[in-house]
Amino acid sequence: MKKGRYGIHGGQYIPETLMNAVTELEEAYEFYKKDPQFNAELTELLNEYAGRPSRLYFARRMTEDLGGAKIYLKREDLNHTGAHKINNVLGQILLAKKMGKTRVIAETGAGQHGVATATAAALMGMECEVFMGEEDTKRQALNVYRMRLLGAKVHAVTSGTATLKDAVSETMREWTRRIDDTHYVLGSCMGPHPFPEIVRDFQSVISREIREQLLEKEGRLPDAVLACVGGGSNAIGAFYHFIGDESVRLIGCEAAGRGVDTAETAATIATGKLGIFHGMKSYFCQDEYGQIAPVYSISAGLDYPGVGPEHAYLYDKGRAEYVAVTDDEAVDAFEYLSRTEGIIPAIESAHAVAYARKLAPEMGKDQIMVINISGRGDKDCAAIARYRGEDIHE
Amino acid sequence: MSRIQQAFQEKKAFIPFITCGDPDLETTEKLVYAMEEAGAALIELGIPFSDPTAEGPVIQEASLRALTGGVTTDKIFDMVKRIRQKTQIPLVFMTYANVVFSRGIGHFARQAAEAGIDGLILPDVPFEEKEEFDGPCREYGLDFISLIAPTSHERIRMIAEKASGFVYCVSSLGVTGTRSSITTDTGAMVRVVKETKNIPCAVGFGISTPEQASKIGATADGVIVGSAIVKLCGQYGRECVPHVAEYVKKMAAALEKQEQPSPDRSKCVN
Repeated sequence: MKKGRYGIHGGQYIPETLMNAVTELEEAYEFYKKDPQFNAELTELLNEYAGRPSRLYFARRMTEDLGGAKIYLKREDLNHTGAHKINNVLGQILLAKKMGKTRVIAETGAGQHGVATATAAALMGMECEVFMGEEDTKRQALNVYRMRLLGAKVHAVTSGTATLKDAVSETMREWTRRIDDTHYVLGSCMGPHPFPEIVRDFQSVISREIREQLLEKEGRLPDAVLACVGGGSNAIGAFYHFIGDESVRLIGCEAAGRGVDTAETAATIATGKLGIFHGMKSYFCQDEYGQIAPVYSISAGLDYPGVGPEHAYLYDKGRAEYVAVTDDEAVDAFEYLSRTEGIIPAIESAHAVAYARKLAPEMGKDQIMVINISGRGDKDCAAIARYRGEDIHE
Repeated sequence: MSRIQQAFQEKKAFIPFITCGDPDLETTEKLVYAMEEAGAALIELGIPFSDPTAEGPVIQEASLRALTGGVTTDKIFDMVKRIRQKTQIPLVFMTYANVVFSRGIGHFARQAAEAGIDGLILPDVPFEEKEEFDGPCREYGLDFISLIAPTSHERIRMIAEKASGFVYCVSSLGVTGTRSSITTDTGAMVRVVKETKNIPCAVGFGISTPEQASKIGATADGVIVGSAIVKLCGQYGRECVPHVAEYVKKMAAALEKQEQPSPDRSKCVN
């Protein structure tokens, strides 16, 4: 396979202005990923600051209730800042620092990646600016405040649909304006090479831990690993170390919004087609003329019209399955996990929980399923209350 | 000699950019004739894209207006066919990779060439990814235009070597849009290109005034202006044609002056 390619997917479809910057990043990453000092520093940060390893929790009540597979929850929601995003951010900011950068910029959808970036920037003494769709700043007002509290400047993006895709576009534009001192901390396993690889590597700590923890607890590998997919960073992190184990089903749960047969959906693999956008070749929701579709999901973090190139490749190869979960199903699962296990998942992660509720009863009691709980749901409480017709003030 | 080569033969080329379908395709067609009449040497026709990541607010908004107005790639091809029956001015499409890719690159290139288009500019396709697009373009006789940027440095030679038509020199960091001053030494960028290959160089991004055009034109073969014109289209809507024509006339004249300094002007300097 060509460098930076996943089958036919991936590549570097970006303006010439950015080419030397991504080449510089690629060279730095190739060097530091093999540097013992860098890896020791990163492990220290992940363990002492972010609180890794995250727990692999046996969900007894959920397992009993569904009456099928034994269910484990990978608790990425227990990480510092409340989601898996911190894994990637600590890696990238440490890398940026080694490269001599003094300023970081980032896009954010639900705000989790923005909060993680603002947090790590505060820790490392770097300047931080976050771009967030105006629509999302309303849906996730609490996270906007958290970022400001952490010293970051938050820009509300008003172009296009004013959601995650527009935040990515605007962060790319900002990067072309100021490159020398600035690193773009891309939050998902997408964009131009080397970002999909860097983000996947930093997130792959999730599957490395699941593997070790489950071997210790059960002495065997899981039969299925479930994770939600927007761009797909928590999913690729949860899948990566199982890709070679054909017996492990890898299931990505996309956001169907109001349904894959409606226009209000963000399920890229279910409804999109091959295209080129945001630096990569992959699947995108688009019209017959290649115009990117205005997608929709209740979850700001999954509300994106594309998917990372490695997921597109795993789908092509038939190695991973991708299913679509509606807003309704996700909200039900959000409430279900809260009541059944006392764990409030992010509405993004609730998409994986929703599919688990369908799949677990079909699996045998001797089988094991792992659901990646990519983030915690405090940020979503007001929006879910609104969805249920209740207006609460944060 | 191709129409693009001819555009750079006799004088410095003034190259305006307009977004097709802003405010409608009838106006776009009228603009093409009026701009040619006013001294444009080559015209860039933008096919609007929903998410133009290399554009500033002015062209972003124009793209949105055009798409909201219902313009499509099919309708733009039809317009180009009509234009080609009336004029031989070189025309290049500027759009984004997905607009071309979604149609099938070969299919797009063939239809564009048949309609009478001379070249294609895709700001999100750098040297490393160009083969996929360049091959089909060459097959149908379109020039796939290469861009170089202030950050290109050692990449310029590699890009210039494989360039065809003309080289688009990006004058500034950031996205399209007018700038009060341009600090990049575009003359030096052009020199490196010319050392590698004898190919015309046109400078764009940020240029809006006759003074800037004249200054940059001193060391380049052409000057590209987009946002300043698109702003007029946004401001005057269907009435924009005379305003744009007047502006193009002024800019083309400033470039010409640059080419042959008049005796009067040297007297002033003395």
